[in-house]
Amino acid sequence: MMKKILIVGAGTAGTIMAVRLSRTLSRKEWTITVLDKDENHYYQPGYLFIPFGIYTKRDVIRKGARYIPAGVEYMLAEAEQIVADRNRVKLKDAREIAYDILIIATGTTIHPEETDGMMENGWRENIFDFYTVDGAEALAKKLRDFHGRKVAIHVAEMPIKCPVAPLEIAFMTDWYFTQKGVRQNVDIDFVTPLSGAFSKPLTSKVMGHMLGERKINMVADFGTERVESGKLVSYDNRSVEYDLLITTPTNMGDALLERSGLGDDLNFVPTDKFTLQSEAHDNIFALGDATNLPSSKAGSVAHFQSEILTDNILSYIRGKELKAAFDGHSNCFIEAGYGKAFLIDFNYDLDPVEGTYPFPVLGPFSLLKNTRLNHLGKLSMKYVYWDILLRGIPVPGITSKMGMAGKKIPRESS
Amino acid sequence: MATKEIAGITVNVTEDGYLTDPSQWTREIAQAIAAEEGIALSDAHWKVIDFLKKDFASTGALASIRRINKTGGIPTKDFYTLFPDGPLKKAARIAGLPRPASCV
Repeated sequence: MMKKILIVGAGTAGTIMAVRLSRTLSRKEWTITVLDKDENHYYQPGYLFIPFGIYTKRDVIRKGARYIPAGVEYMLAEAEQIVADRNRVKLKDAREIAYDILIIATGTTIHPEETDGMMENGWRENIFDFYTVDGAEALAKKLRDFHGRKVAIHVAEMPIKCPVAPLEIAFMTDWYFTQKGVRQNVDIDFVTPLSGAFSKPLTSKVMGHMLGERKINMVADFGTERVESGKLVSYDNRSVEYDLLITTPTNMGDALLERSGLGDDLNFVPTDKFTLQSEAHDNIFALGDATNLPSSKAGSVAHFQSEILTDNILSYIRGKELKAAFDGHSNCFIEAGYGKAFLIDFNYDLDPVEGTYPFPVLGPFSLLKNTRLNHLGKLSMKYVYWDILLRGIPVPGITSKMGMAGKKIPRESS
Repeated sequence: MATKEIAGITVNVTEDGYLTDPSQWTREIAQAIAAEEGIALSDAHWKVIDFLKKDFASTGALASIRRINKTGGIPTKDFYTLFPDGPLKKAARIAGLPRPASCV
């Protein structure tokens, strides 16, 4: 009797898992099915470049089926409910799929409607996100015609996908208006619920310094209660006025998880932070943005996790202890405009530090420093993503466990 | 790790004054920490603290502001009024729970 692994979601996490499992599992015993509700696959890190006319839609969208390996069943359909007690997934069209092992890779999406007034007071008129292709394109159009005055870069609530992205959009916005020669007509506020520019101390300091250099005004500890027309209002009655709001709305996991009773308050799946097994069911695993892990919601994380999860699924199948442990490794470029970028590399235990990061051909990159080479690294990721990472081809230097080579560890580090 | 005498009891605390051992927490300690923060604990404050402690015991993690609202039934606006300037940080410290880890 054939057994089935069902992967829900064919984004970065789901696709890489399909690739890895198709190489690892015996085809005589296992069938692998990938379920996705969108025929497109998105290179999401590329969204950042769309508002500034550097990338277009064509750079970031491809047909998802192209990346699903031969022998893996690809189903274009939307799941209605995971019935975990019966090991089945019900589809919207009333079909049902039975599984032996389920992998949840449904990601996270933005929910502007979670903030009072955000949809009502100018969504896609003078309020834009850059976490969707449509939002990024609409913002590009808006920026072309924008002559001032007040731009607010805003984060509604943590956690968010790619926590460095709001910083990147702030640096890029400064760069964009400087290039256009109109920076003097534009004020930029960076409005965040965090106490600083970033959640990790040293990075926060470096980024805070960069914001200052760029004359971007930081408004910290801002818990957004509501959006009024042209004004953000916090729970403690502070306000920030804007002519253009570039926001990162509340991020939530897929509503499927709420319908299935498998999500937390934000519909993220409670998941063991080391083994990636769901807390509720032994035969359900989760990775990527869909989990509640205290790691970054970033493509690099999904990629690193896929290696760990493949090992643990093999152990699970063999009835063995799940020994592979994810260390929280995350690796992010931070585009800073002016043809430069930062790179940070960290895990659960070690915050980003300075030093170098080994990388074939282009590298080594500089950690926590703003360099041209890092920028080239960031741009090269588009090719690395589509042609190497997504196809599960190993890249020397990009390993699931965070490496220590090149890192300068401060003695005071706790 | 440092120790500190709060309400006549010596407890283990982190550098920024968060208890490291929840079992050392008492209601008197909560009152003393709250006083340091300039807060006199009312029933409404205790409702938050009790929820945070109960939730931490069952989930092993400090509740988010959203969870305090959605699951704890405490409106966020009220939460900010009860614990002004960094409500989650203050409430966690008073409840003897870890400092909120900003998710990355």
